[in-house]
Amino acid sequence: MTTMRERFLDVVADALDRDPRVAVVLAQIDVARLCSRESARRHSQRVINVGIREQLMISVAGGLALEGFRPIVESYAPFVVERPFEQIKLDLGHQDVGAVLVSVAASYDAAEEGRTHQAPEDVALLATLPGWTIHVPGHADELETLLRRALEGDDRVYMRLSDETNRRPVHADGLSVIRRGRDDAPLVVAVGPTLDEVVSATADLDVTVAYLSTVRPFDASGLRAAMRGTDVVVVEPYLAGTSASEIADALRDRPHRLLSLGVRNAELRRYGTGAQHRAAHGLDAAGIRAALDGFRAAAWRVRNNGGRSAAARLAGVTQTT
Amino acid sequence: MTISTTLPYDDLRDLLALLPGDEKHEPSALSTLDVIWVLYDRVLRVDPHRPDDPDRDRFLLSKGHGPAAFYAVLAAKGFFPVETLAGFGEFESRLGYHPDRVLVPGVEISSGSLGHGLGLAVGVALALDAQERPEPRVVCLLGDAELEEGSNFEAIQLAGRLGLGRLSAVVIDNHSSAHGWPGGIERRFELEGWSTITVSGRDHDAIEAAFAAAPGDRPHVVVADIPERKR
Repeated sequence: MTTMRERFLDVVADALDRDPRVAVVLAQIDVARLCSRESARRHSQRVINVGIREQLMISVAGGLALEGFRPIVESYAPFVVERPFEQIKLDLGHQDVGAVLVSVAASYDAAEEGRTHQAPEDVALLATLPGWTIHVPGHADELETLLRRALEGDDRVYMRLSDETNRRPVHADGLSVIRRGRDDAPLVVAVGPTLDEVVSATADLDVTVAYLSTVRPFDASGLRAAMRGTDVVVVEPYLAGTSASEIADALRDRPHRLLSLGVRNAELRRYGTGAQHRAAHGLDAAGIRAALDGFRAAAWRVRNNGGRSAAARLAGVTQTT
Repeated sequence: MTISTTLPYDDLRDLLALLPGDEKHEPSALSTLDVIWVLYDRVLRVDPHRPDDPDRDRFLLSKGHGPAAFYAVLAAKGFFPVETLAGFGEFESRLGYHPDRVLVPGVEISSGSLGHGLGLAVGVALALDAQERPEPRVVCLLGDAELEEGSNFEAIQLAGRLGLGRLSAVVIDNHSSAHGWPGGIERRFELEGWSTITVSGRDHDAIEAAFAAAPGDRPHVVVADIPERKR
């Protein structure tokens, strides 16, 4: 199966041929891979390697965008989002120009390389800035669709590539129901490459499973339409709780319980493989299932406490909605 | 094609007097006044009636704090009405203590946080190269203390390596860098392949000649020295 990273490079090489607005800015990472494609060599003025200068990588993209280009920037997530964060804020956002930022290695694809090459915070960071569309594709085919669409625009787009991938793509805009449970069944939202693990974890549970690959803007109306009970679980392949405020806001007029699963905010200090890190963060099927069981058990305890929620009990009042 | 003067240099002090407040940035603004004036009066090919002309020269004020002199020159040159200056820093005004390209005609970049302009200028220069527009120059103004930001050196290095001949930087040397530049500011640029020249930041003819001295096959820096007593 083609990796997202290789598919990304193929699409970029094709876009360089098709669209004279497209320019690529790299900081050494993937220069050789991209330039192994003939079109990248053919359009060398629009393939710029700034060397290992990640702040400049974003600034150059900003300068290109000021002159009407559609810059694409790609590197490891820490070097695309974290190190040049002020350049992203000012040299793109404050200049009111766009770019397509693309990261590889996600939260722990580079597990053997350690914390320096891992960025589970990336989506949460970018989500603090206005005007960003954030895609977390779960399959190379999804990536291609989202990337080609992004290249047609002039807005600010972040695409989070990962070695983790689902077996099949889901081609849908917004939150898409994959499997429907009974009417008041909990809703489990799988983001990007977590879908297969979520499906496996919930195979024998009465839950509704939904899928989401575009997390900003958050599909609030899709969430409201898909959710018919009171319990919602979101499984994100980055920092746990990243979308909790979006979900709370989407459901602000509905009583609900939220379980946010994702990468723990902790220094793991382990190497190994991505699969080992996924398990360590409780994002493999077994970990997700354990969290769901705990969540359901907590719900049972609440329901057997006279209809009073934990918060209501603490406040000394009876829950009425 | 340098733009024609709508108000003379001697009026700039009166225009600056229209700008209320921001005392903390006043010395910074005054230190840039002569260089910005010479750029707009003698060097840059810009037209206030066509601020988006794709073949215009680009002036990027990286030293975005203390933009009073920049605003005064833009007003004098007709980019916006002189009356606009009186609202400096107010909620409804286009003119903030740091300039916003979305709000002010003729402002190429929004700046204020130091160390951003030169990287953007490198991107603009590369874009103009890719568009095969031979004419436009890209001029970026920085301060000597601003050079302490490491991001500038990423830009200085790459511009030198790529030989960006349409790019000029001008460093206003207020001698305000916290730890100074032993060997001179020019040395930092020379090492990376730039041509360099140092002039008085108050001598209009010398400033004009310094920009005319850009070799065209590599980036060029003008260090504009501001003597202590005139700051």
